[in-house]
Amino acid sequence: MTELLDFISNNLQMIYIVILMIFVGVEVIGHVPAVLHTPLMSGANAIHGVVVIGAILVMLGSEPDNILALSLGFVAVLLGTLNVIGGFVVTDRMLEMFKKKK
Amino acid sequence: MEYQFSLEIIYLIASVTYILGLKMLGNPESARRGNLIAAGGMAIAILGTIFLYKGEIPTLIYSLIGIAILLGTVVGWLIAKKVAMTKMPELVSLFNGMGGASAALIGLIEFHHYNGETLSIITILAGIIIGSISFSGSMIAWAKLNGTINKPFRFPKYNLINNLIFIALILFTAYIAWSGSSSQLYLYILFFGALAYGVLFVLPIGGADMPVVISLLNSFTGLAAALGGFLYGNMVMLTGGILVGSAGTILTFAMCNAMNRSLVNVIFGGFGDTDLTAEEGSSTIKGSIKKASVSDVAILMNYSQRVIIVPGYGLAVAQAQHAIHELEQLLEKKGIEVKYAIHPVAGRMPGHMNVLLAETSVEYEKLAEMEDVNPEFANTDVVLVVGANDVVNPAAHNDPASPIYGMPILDVENAKQIIINKRSMKPGYAGIENELFFNQKTSMLFGDAKAIIQSLISELKGM
Repeated sequence: MTELLDFISNNLQMIYIVILMIFVGVEVIGHVPAVLHTPLMSGANAIHGVVVIGAILVMLGSEPDNILALSLGFVAVLLGTLNVIGGFVVTDRMLEMFKKKK
Repeated sequence: MEYQFSLEIIYLIASVTYILGLKMLGNPESARRGNLIAAGGMAIAILGTIFLYKGEIPTLIYSLIGIAILLGTVVGWLIAKKVAMTKMPELVSLFNGMGGASAALIGLIEFHHYNGETLSIITILAGIIIGSISFSGSMIAWAKLNGTINKPFRFPKYNLINNLIFIALILFTAYIAWSGSSSQLYLYILFFGALAYGVLFVLPIGGADMPVVISLLNSFTGLAAALGGFLYGNMVMLTGGILVGSAGTILTFAMCNAMNRSLVNVIFGGFGDTDLTAEEGSSTIKGSIKKASVSDVAILMNYSQRVIIVPGYGLAVAQAQHAIHELEQLLEKKGIEVKYAIHPVAGRMPGHMNVLLAETSVEYEKLAEMEDVNPEFANTDVVLVVGANDVVNPAAHNDPASPIYGMPILDVENAKQIIINKRSMKPGYAGIENELFFNQKTSMLFGDAKAIIQSLISELKGM
């Protein structure tokens, strides 16, 4: 129990961010027309590609002779980049079509 | 982990671009800019992480990171640019899976760096579990949408088995965390267990519900990214991840609402008992279908004043979106009023059909949403249904036993004449019969959507 209380007081700032971000996410999506659900999902999909930063941090913190960590990290960075680039490009392609209609 | 002040500022800016980007994505006017802004934020966050990192980094590691990013960029770009618009839902699922896998791999590497710190270990293990489920689940969803796996696949008592596996995963996590075990074997058992759970979780869910599943897994990946942020005290991962986790959850519910299903029903219910309803359905529907020829339909359309086109996934599969646009323009030239009635879940994802038709530069005003167009069917002369089935099935209104009962549909049965183009009498995605086909006012126009519409166009041109 004390461990949990310590954890909360040590990470209070992050806990605030988590709670506030949950509300921001809900508010932002609130009243989106169904037409835009697919691009929105695709855009959100690209944003969680931010996980690639974690993968980069793993690699930056690895020992140069730890082959296992480096190879797994390499794959993680590669897949994360695929998520980011693929996600944003696909979303842009979808939205490009909406624009042409004007 | 210590961060430089300048990097913190970059992370702050990036976090704001994600919120702004998502907000702008919710409006057709600003959507494209919103996406670019979020992409820009991501780019500075990634570059900042690499170049502003404190401490000496061996060239080998820098090169490896560079190669991985370069490779990912080129491959991701090519896939995203080359794949056909009809394949978008699969693609989102595929990229989502990549993110999940990345999160799981991070956890696998970091596990023994945090030995003995119970809460960090829990964060890492949760990241591994959620990331793995998101990865293997997305791959199954991808295969299902792709047609590689085309049937819901259910083990006997699959719900019970799945729930037991899930509980086992949680108990095992708790055991590893509190025993302070640093066993690699346990770690990999958990990893593969979560992968298996992801497969078993998505397999029994029907293809029609895949968009909901992808949206759900999308928010899972967001959560996995946020857990990584928590572990490293990395604000941009935390904000980005939580934002997607919460926005994705809301989006999942919005999609369920559009289909009048609850999330619990989607995940645990399966979609009706497909085989059973198909059998029952065929026995309750009486009457015969009426076939029409292309020239019959052309004459009918030529002498009508108002035509509504109902596009479905069949149109997308046949790549007939350009042909239908040409037909619409031809009819308009003859002074006939033409509109498209778009069901919220037409295609394979909400909004998917709008994207496809927008590709052919159909005017925005011609795309009518369900609530707006439903009252108009009564004074419409001809409704042309192209490759849609479940979204026009009146069973949703009048058959409480039907698995789609209660789903909002397009009330095409109110129109004066109904033309239905399908390849065969095969039931739609929900696997149920459609009494609309047996309606007195309905004529069936069998054949490939693209070929049929093209011959319709040439018939009409000759009139």
